[in-house]
Amino acid sequence: MASIQATDRRTSGTLPVYSPPSRARRLLTAIWRERVMYVFILPSVLYFCVFNYLPLAGNVIAFQDWSPFSAAREGPIQGFLVGPWVGLQNFRDMFSDPDFLTALSNTVQIEILQLLFAFPAPLALALLLNSLVSEKVKRTMQTIVYLPHFLSWVIVISVWQQFFGGTGFLNEILHDLGYGSVNIMQNPDIFKPLVVAQGIWKEVGWGTIIFLAALTKIDVSLYEAAVIDGAGGWRRMRDVTLPGIRPIVVLLLILTIGNAFSVGFEQYFLQRDAVGAEASEVLDTFGYFRGIQAGDYGFATAVGMVKSVVGFVLIVVANWLAKRFGDEGIL
Amino acid sequence: MATRQNLTDLSASAAPPAIVRAATGSRRQRRKLAPWMEDTPLWLRLLKGLTLVLIAVSMLLPFVHVVAVSFSSAKDVIQGGFTIFPRNPTLESYRVLLSGGTVLRSLCVTAGVTVVGVAVQLTFTTMLAYGLSKPGVPGSRFFLWIVLGAFLFTPGMIPVYLLVKELGMIDSYAALFVPGLVSAWNLIIMRNFFMNLPQELLDAARIDGASDFGVFWHIVLPLSKAVLAVIALFMGVALWNTFFAGILYLNDASKWPIQVVLRQYVLEGAAITSAADFAPDQPPPPAKSLQMAMVVIATFPILLVYPFLQKYFTKGVLTGAIKG
Repeated sequence: MASIQATDRRTSGTLPVYSPPSRARRLLTAIWRERVMYVFILPSVLYFCVFNYLPLAGNVIAFQDWSPFSAAREGPIQGFLVGPWVGLQNFRDMFSDPDFLTALSNTVQIEILQLLFAFPAPLALALLLNSLVSEKVKRTMQTIVYLPHFLSWVIVISVWQQFFGGTGFLNEILHDLGYGSVNIMQNPDIFKPLVVAQGIWKEVGWGTIIFLAALTKIDVSLYEAAVIDGAGGWRRMRDVTLPGIRPIVVLLLILTIGNAFSVGFEQYFLQRDAVGAEASEVLDTFGYFRGIQAGDYGFATAVGMVKSVVGFVLIVVANWLAKRFGDEGIL
Repeated sequence: MATRQNLTDLSASAAPPAIVRAATGSRRQRRKLAPWMEDTPLWLRLLKGLTLVLIAVSMLLPFVHVVAVSFSSAKDVIQGGFTIFPRNPTLESYRVLLSGGTVLRSLCVTAGVTVVGVAVQLTFTTMLAYGLSKPGVPGSRFFLWIVLGAFLFTPGMIPVYLLVKELGMIDSYAALFVPGLVSAWNLIIMRNFFMNLPQELLDAARIDGASDFGVFWHIVLPLSKAVLAVIALFMGVALWNTFFAGILYLNDASKWPIQVVLRQYVLEGAAITSAADFAPDQPPPPAKSLQMAMVVIATFPILLVYPFLQKYFTKGVLTGAIKG
């Protein structure tokens, strides 16, 4: 202030007084200068608000007794606001609902099988491919295993159906060899291993590419040093390769665990008629049939919320564990 | 070279490890082994080869079989047997499917939704990515957090469904691509790419009097052709594979995309009705061939763009982005 007053005295009356623009004014100027950029930004930001954050707020119907009938009476938006509040009733109902418990148990079983078999599969394949000397073989294999990742589940299930189904390829061969037929696609007892196998078939290439990228980033001089120290193949795998890809393995593991309650929708929906709801219902399909088909919106939203809250908690816990064991984690 | 020298020194002084003793010989050089690699024993190489062949066969054989069945005539299907090569190949199934009816219509619907969807999604994503990549825009950090928040907090199926319903988009094609208009994932990849462009170039254009839009249109977009093409491809694959949105939002069967129709005919076993006439002098193609021809047709566009997707991935540009 003092210096400005001093300037005032020297220039009194002759020149306009300079005063630095205020913070708010500077901000307004900057906003005006960048006005075109808001034309770029705001439409998509509006999209996120409408299609992401508005439905997030819409989750409140999990605490309401909300059905299409009450919606018709009140209108959906008013329904959100004045819908009959039932507190945690929907959540309590869930755990006395046998269909929900079936879906929950199926989901957990499938997730455990996936963690045991589908998670290590691409890691094993990546290690195998990485040990190959020929770049050509490596590339060809990647091209082959990666293809199903881009196909829809409808196509994948159709192909499996044609291959393993009642009148499919496998049974034709068994028939020609004089054996009876096997029922793979419609057998509720083996449905869970079946979906895990389908998942591996479709997605193993995707995981392999990620692991391979990490493997190629390992410094070759580490291997050379290990050899000089007399380390054999297994020893190098244990002490160089695996520590080298550990961060990406941990990262993917955390993400997999976080998705524990969302094993997917399409794969189970598509095979539901073939094996029955008892074996194939998972939380996602349960939510769809209860909510969209039966119109029990409040209850189905509550199921969805449990799913995402548990997923979030699992991510945080897995992340905390990873950090405790000295890894970086994602959060 | 230095390493090889070290290894030789080592072998001269101490008891040489087996590796070093094996480190000479023409077969090694033929196989281009790095100096430190030991020669893999024959049995292990055979085992690896066998495993790879098994994996490749298990991936490819089902497709070969599906293609074979799609070309089979009624006679082949009745005779049965190992259908890897149909004995009397025919294009009849394809002719029937592509000459009209539900399947052709759903193909047109899906192609249209894919093209329009990619155009709209790419426009929105590119513009937001550019807007968030320019430094010095007040509030851009806040907007970025809005986008990142969509990563962490995704709304459930029911609230989104109710919203789409409330917006009057049930039974409209827009419902297939508007709810997923901007993917936070694609946005981050694209923004990273824009931020790594040489900023001096952009500044130079601005000093020369180019407007924000001019810089975007004449500098940023031409420099980003590759990443735009690939993100467009990924969007296209996702839109072509649209199934769940079709089930969820389209009650009108005449608007169904190909994946929903495929499920109806192949997995639910609905009879394929076609406006096309079956050729009068031949027996109609068997249901199985028709179904598999449909699978092949639905897969074909993906196969068409697959080399480009694959090339990009082996380059590791996206995997680089994944690793942050």
